[in-house]
Amino acid sequence: MPMPDSADNLIEVRDLSCHFFTEEGVVRSVDQSSFDLPRGKTLCIVGESGSGKSVTARALMGLTREPGKIVSGQMLYRPAPGVVPIDLAAERSGGQLYRSLRGAAFGMIFQEPMAALSPVHTIGTQLLEGVLTHEACSRAEARNRGIDALQRVGIPEPERRFDQYGFELSGGMRQRAMIAMALACRPALLIADEPTTALDVTTQANILDLIADLQAETGMTVMFITHDLGVVAEIADEVAVMYLGRVVERGDVDTIFHAPAHPYTEALLNAMPSVHARRGTRLPAIPGMVPHPFARPSGCGFHPRCHRFVDGLCNRREPEPVDLGAGHVARCLRLENSKDQKEAAE
Amino acid sequence: MTPILSVRHLKKHYHLKKPSLFSAAQPSVKAVDDVSFDILEGETLSLVGESGCGKTSLGQTIMRVHAVTSGEVLYRMSDGREVDLAAASGKTLKAIHREVRMIFQDPNGSLNPRMNVRDIVGEPIRMAEGLSGRALDDRVSDLLGKVGLRPEYLTRYPHAFSGGERQRIGIARALALNPRLVVADEAVSALDVSIQAQTLNLLADLKEEFGLTFLFIAHDLSVVRHISDRVAVMYVGRMVELTETEALFTRPRHPYTEALLSAVPIPDPRMRSKRRRVRLPGEVASPINPPSGCAFHPRCRFASEICKIEAPQLRTVDGGLVACHHAEDLTLDGVDSLGVAAE
Repeated sequence: MPMPDSADNLIEVRDLSCHFFTEEGVVRSVDQSSFDLPRGKTLCIVGESGSGKSVTARALMGLTREPGKIVSGQMLYRPAPGVVPIDLAAERSGGQLYRSLRGAAFGMIFQEPMAALSPVHTIGTQLLEGVLTHEACSRAEARNRGIDALQRVGIPEPERRFDQYGFELSGGMRQRAMIAMALACRPALLIADEPTTALDVTTQANILDLIADLQAETGMTVMFITHDLGVVAEIADEVAVMYLGRVVERGDVDTIFHAPAHPYTEALLNAMPSVHARRGTRLPAIPGMVPHPFARPSGCGFHPRCHRFVDGLCNRREPEPVDLGAGHVARCLRLENSKDQKEAAE
Repeated sequence: MTPILSVRHLKKHYHLKKPSLFSAAQPSVKAVDDVSFDILEGETLSLVGESGCGKTSLGQTIMRVHAVTSGEVLYRMSDGREVDLAAASGKTLKAIHREVRMIFQDPNGSLNPRMNVRDIVGEPIRMAEGLSGRALDDRVSDLLGKVGLRPEYLTRYPHAFSGGERQRIGIARALALNPRLVVADEAVSALDVSIQAQTLNLLADLKEEFGLTFLFIAHDLSVVRHISDRVAVMYVGRMVELTETEALFTRPRHPYTEALLSAVPIPDPRMRSKRRRVRLPGEVASPINPPSGCAFHPRCRFASEICKIEAPQLRTVDGGLVACHHAEDLTLDGVDSLGVAAE
């Protein structure tokens, strides 16, 4: 197999803005965010609650609901390398294209398997829905494929589980069943929205292994949303860090963990207690909290909590993305400044 | 250090409906099954385990949220008397509950949405000390300040706060009567990393300032290593290991502890290829019908004949307590050998 070209992206998101027009005002849930989903790789989107991770995922899946709206930007989808990309942002979520993509080329798993599974349909019925919708095959054939899919995700006695309901399964098994549903049509892209957050560590480890194995087997692209940096370190190839609806930093996983350029990434890494650290030290917490969506700070959204805040710079204007080379991009005014100075010196 | 709380052979069984009128035995969930341990004054003892292992039931039974099935919970009061929490009632129980308080897991579910912060935090003070008006307001403002909330928020309702702030209200309420022992059930699990770090620092400060003792129930082992003096591991209603934090993380004695530690993600991508993971086959056993002998034996790679027959009791091995027949013979990996410490 030839090595995939580094510029071969399944999806390129460019300056995507998804705003929610509520009665109290406009919430800029996703604001001019850009990132790439390299084909066959895993991108992790990290951020705290309210940073816009899930809204981004739902926008990609064409699941943005009222009062939410994609107001600008592009989501360029390239089904195969080298073909002319399709801009998903211009497609209607209920339109023909999205209806043929969702559940087929794009699979999604959700955080709460209990809430995402129907309590009145069997696992089998829910599994088959996708297969029967997207592919021309008989019910018997589809049933076999469904049982196969359950087996592939490591569910014991798949024939019996096929006819059971979600509530008859344990938490880990439910999540496996969800993954089986998402994978039944062999998607090119799997979007996983906090799939292990509600699970125990041992179950989480098994599910992460499972996703990695399936990815190696099918070559699918994975977009994994999490707030757990430990999970990111385990599975990511690329990382995008979000804060207040913006991708504040993105790059390959080693750079993000060992040479972060944005103070928020740095602070997040420091604030995390580690199973390897001895006890007794105070955690370098990030002061304050994520601001209310209607009270966004002026300038850089992170400046009131930033340990590298520069008065007169950070609170004046919004930072633009600065390209630091090799796909490492960060949105910080200090970087803009140092880059300007470098260029001026040259 | 003297124990502030001694739990002896505590059992909490929830009885289920008989499957039929004629079946002889009534099935029950053995959520906590013959657990004994001490909490020492001034320490933070963490209780870890997977969901369904009985850690929350144990905490709630100690708090007498549930009636005790059997066993003793001996609490040493501030005046030196030793009382059995499991049997206490009426005035004694009230007196104990002034000294033993609880922080709940879900900050949304444990705050009454129709009470403002003054009423929520002030209620225990009003009930126990009969304060009201200005005096009560002052006490509550003072408490809010301690947990890092603005005293002006007195008349606000829970919905006006973020998740992290709500958890702080819960902490302020638990501290209102200057407790000696605080049972914190997943107190930081629902919080984001940045808020979690703030809350952990806050708990550490409060512990220092008031000499508090914590029973910290959690499933996040990174958090547990950060704040605990000793750690107890539970599996299907029983305690399988109880020892000093450092020893537990670097030299686990129970195969289940080793598996738990190896499942924790290491926050360093460079460690990915170097780590060895102990994969556990199967699922957590059911507490309704736990396996014979050691409940962990069907998933344990060291299980032998004796493990299937005889349930191991907690015993001292190398200064720690462990319930495993083979504890002396096993060399298990701690977090350091599973992956060299990230910096």
